[in-house]
Amino acid sequence: MQNWTEVGSVESVPQKGSRVMTTPDGDVAIFRTSGDEVFALFDQCPHKKGPLSQGIVYDKRVACPLHNWVIDLSSGEATGPDEGCTRSFDTKVEDGLIYIAL
Amino acid sequence: MKEKLVLIGNGMAGVRTLEELLKLAPEKYDITVFGDEPYGNYNRIMLSPVLAGDKTIDQIMINDRQWYIDNGITLHAGKKITHINRVKRQLETAEGEVFEYDRLLLATGSRPFMLPLPGRDLPGVISFRDIADVDTMLETAKSHKKAVVIGGGLLGLEAANGLMIQGMEVTVVHIADVLMNQQLDKPASDLMLHELEAKGLNFLMSYETAAIEGKKRVEKVVFKNGTEIDTDLVVMAVGIRPNIELAQSAGIHCERGIVVDDTMQTFDPKVYAVGECVQHRGSTFGLVAPLFEQAKVCANHLAQMGIARYVSSITSTKLKVTGIDLFSAGNFIGDESTEDLVFKDAARHIYKKLVIQDDKLIGAVLYGDTVDGAWYFQLMRDGTDVSSIRENMLFGQHHIGDSGHGASNSVDGLPDDAEICGCNGVCKGDIVKAISKHSLFTLDEVKSHTKASASCGSCTGLVEQLLASTLGSDFNDTPSKKPMCGCTSMSHGEVKNAIKEQGLKTISDLMVALEWKNADGCHSCRPALNYYLLSTWPDYQDDPQSRFINERVHANIQKDGTYSVVPRIWGGVTNANELRAIADISDKYKVPTVKITGGQRIDLLGVKKDDLPKMWADLSEAGFVSGHAYGKSLRTVKTCVGSEWCRFGTQDSTGLGIKVEKMTWGSWTPHKFKIAVSGCPRNCAEATIKDFGIVCVDSGYELHVGGNGGIKVRATDFLCKVATEEEAMEYCAAFMQLYREDAHYLERTAPWIERVGLKSVQAKVVDDHDNRKVLAQRFYESQEKSQDDPWAEHAAKQRENYIPIKQVG
Repeated sequence: MQNWTEVGSVESVPQKGSRVMTTPDGDVAIFRTSGDEVFALFDQCPHKKGPLSQGIVYDKRVACPLHNWVIDLSSGEATGPDEGCTRSFDTKVEDGLIYIAL
Repeated sequence: MKEKLVLIGNGMAGVRTLEELLKLAPEKYDITVFGDEPYGNYNRIMLSPVLAGDKTIDQIMINDRQWYIDNGITLHAGKKITHINRVKRQLETAEGEVFEYDRLLLATGSRPFMLPLPGRDLPGVISFRDIADVDTMLETAKSHKKAVVIGGGLLGLEAANGLMIQGMEVTVVHIADVLMNQQLDKPASDLMLHELEAKGLNFLMSYETAAIEGKKRVEKVVFKNGTEIDTDLVVMAVGIRPNIELAQSAGIHCERGIVVDDTMQTFDPKVYAVGECVQHRGSTFGLVAPLFEQAKVCANHLAQMGIARYVSSITSTKLKVTGIDLFSAGNFIGDESTEDLVFKDAARHIYKKLVIQDDKLIGAVLYGDTVDGAWYFQLMRDGTDVSSIRENMLFGQHHIGDSGHGASNSVDGLPDDAEICGCNGVCKGDIVKAISKHSLFTLDEVKSHTKASASCGSCTGLVEQLLASTLGSDFNDTPSKKPMCGCTSMSHGEVKNAIKEQGLKTISDLMVALEWKNADGCHSCRPALNYYLLSTWPDYQDDPQSRFINERVHANIQKDGTYSVVPRIWGGVTNANELRAIADISDKYKVPTVKITGGQRIDLLGVKKDDLPKMWADLSEAGFVSGHAYGKSLRTVKTCVGSEWCRFGTQDSTGLGIKVEKMTWGSWTPHKFKIAVSGCPRNCAEATIKDFGIVCVDSGYELHVGGNGGIKVRATDFLCKVATEEEAMEYCAAFMQLYREDAHYLERTAPWIERVGLKSVQAKVVDDHDNRKVLAQRFYESQEKSQDDPWAEHAAKQRENYIPIKQVG
């Protein structure tokens, strides 16, 4: 059984963009792709902890704003020759609302 | 049913085509490969290191058999196709097996040309082409002593070097008096000859072979001048010929090679050809880089995308022969219509020759110091007018302007732990290891694997040298055109033209029209496209999601995810009230660091993102606007105090600086843009290292352009002198507008001017008065929409973008 937490409406996150959700364990970045899919990652790049929520989003990836590592939104893994992984969270969308399993 | 694609020739060009094809259309074809040699695909240009004992065969495999299995490709290694039936679209092997194809790709490569000499069939007479040849040489070196290499070209010298390292006594026989006469002129060849002789090679220059003699195996070589030399091995390295027998026997049109059009299609539309076997617009090929470009084009058409065209262009060779650095490109011999610039320092083993025609660089030979090879090649490719840099260009890019970081210009003598990339701390050893381990071929691949030269780029020349020296000879690392990014094969210039010609108004329209490979683009092309659209169409709707974070939130992101805020301080002049307001705001938001910047303003560091809009509202109320310290835009106008106070000041530099800043602030440019105004030639505002610098003199204003104080310090070029403030401002507006329209995204004024040439800028801004006024007018018009303070706007309307969507716990 997953414990879903409501985040907000899909529209409140920009397409190809992100918003931050704060939690006691640190920030979580909520992403929305151009195809309106929603993903959630711990808001720290595995490289130097850059806030991924501030990066440029394309396809299902985000480029970290500090040194351009490219992180896969669904797995949290760094792509390409870079190696590293950040925590990812399950999300779902119901009636236009985003839910996250923390 | 998938269509059947058959590749004949398991070499670098053919397999590279498959790799490109799999990237574009992985599921389209059922692929079968036939190769003569019983191996997977190996890197033929690495045979020399294998001969020299630096590498093993395993180390030079590019795709082992597992790669074929993983990609669902059937490999018949060691099976030879002897007949093509184009009517039935069938192939026949020597054993009589029959295979069918829908599309056929010929990559049969070339074969070494064997001189038709008596005795050429004797045991011990070989070429230098494949693994079998290398094995023969290694075997012979174990049991025999003497070797003769016929041919003093690149391949011959490498063979000679390898055999010498294996302990043989080697003599190189060359018909001409210039070694590597495809790449070198006589003076460079003479320098090389001396160095190679010092290493222990023997040379017979201007010798023509008459016969090879021996009973059971080769015993001696006889020359036309009557002399002879004893030997146990003869390696013929006198050139290659396209391997076209199979194609010819199938009635496919061949001349010297298999004739292909710009899409790499042969005269049979079902049959394509790439690599050393082809002839394209009269040329045949022997270097790697053109083959890889052909592979790209061919794959594009096999995938039925149908947009790529192969255009062969001047090629450069940057090669490494037996520890000797060489670079050559274009027409390096010259004729009566050309002029030579020559530098020769025999004691340091350095020779450079540049060939100039009509103020343009058309050829270069570099020996001993090749670090500027890529730069010269760029100048040739761009057709830059070099008249303004002519007096210094022979000494290298470092001497155009001044030098900054990166004083080293040769990687040869450096130890493995020498730091090459100072930004990312990457050593020579790391780069060399990555190139070998991951089979890297291009600068981009090295960048992404090692991060070397991925930040400021000042070590690019060194990394390219390492690529050339690690990959060995015959390596051409300078593609004839640089694509914008991995999403397209188009260059910046081509994309900019397409935007205008096809009237593309949005990023998504553009990506559809120009067949972008990724629907959303990537972090590298989107900001560039956004800028090009913005600077082309005045009514373009800016796309914040395609901007780097700093421009999206109008502040500079810091390493800990906080931001810095820099209000505009016009001309660097402030007063007690403004300072008091900044002090109060710093207190209110608990700003941890307040710093005076190099651009004469105040940086408030460590601000949390949620505080940004609130802080901006307060700054706005105190009369401040954004300083755009985060943007590819006008940064500051630095001034000195000028005639108002200074006993040396000739004009009101502070007042002019403020006027210029009021005129130019808020404009987006391809890269950051800095201005300064100095009140006299003492130049306290450092105007001669700015993108646009004004130096006041008693009789008016000297205008300087294209300087920067960053990675590579570059002093400005002198643009012209004007008499009045109004003129200085008009020239400034016109220059900025030309830069905005003409430069590539992320190209600062310094490299832009080096690319197009100062003369072309002067022609458009100084000489052509009407054009200057038109440019300035376009700048003013675009400024009407740009000078709304983004801070005030975001503080008023966009606060939700700066706060968390939700807070839990």
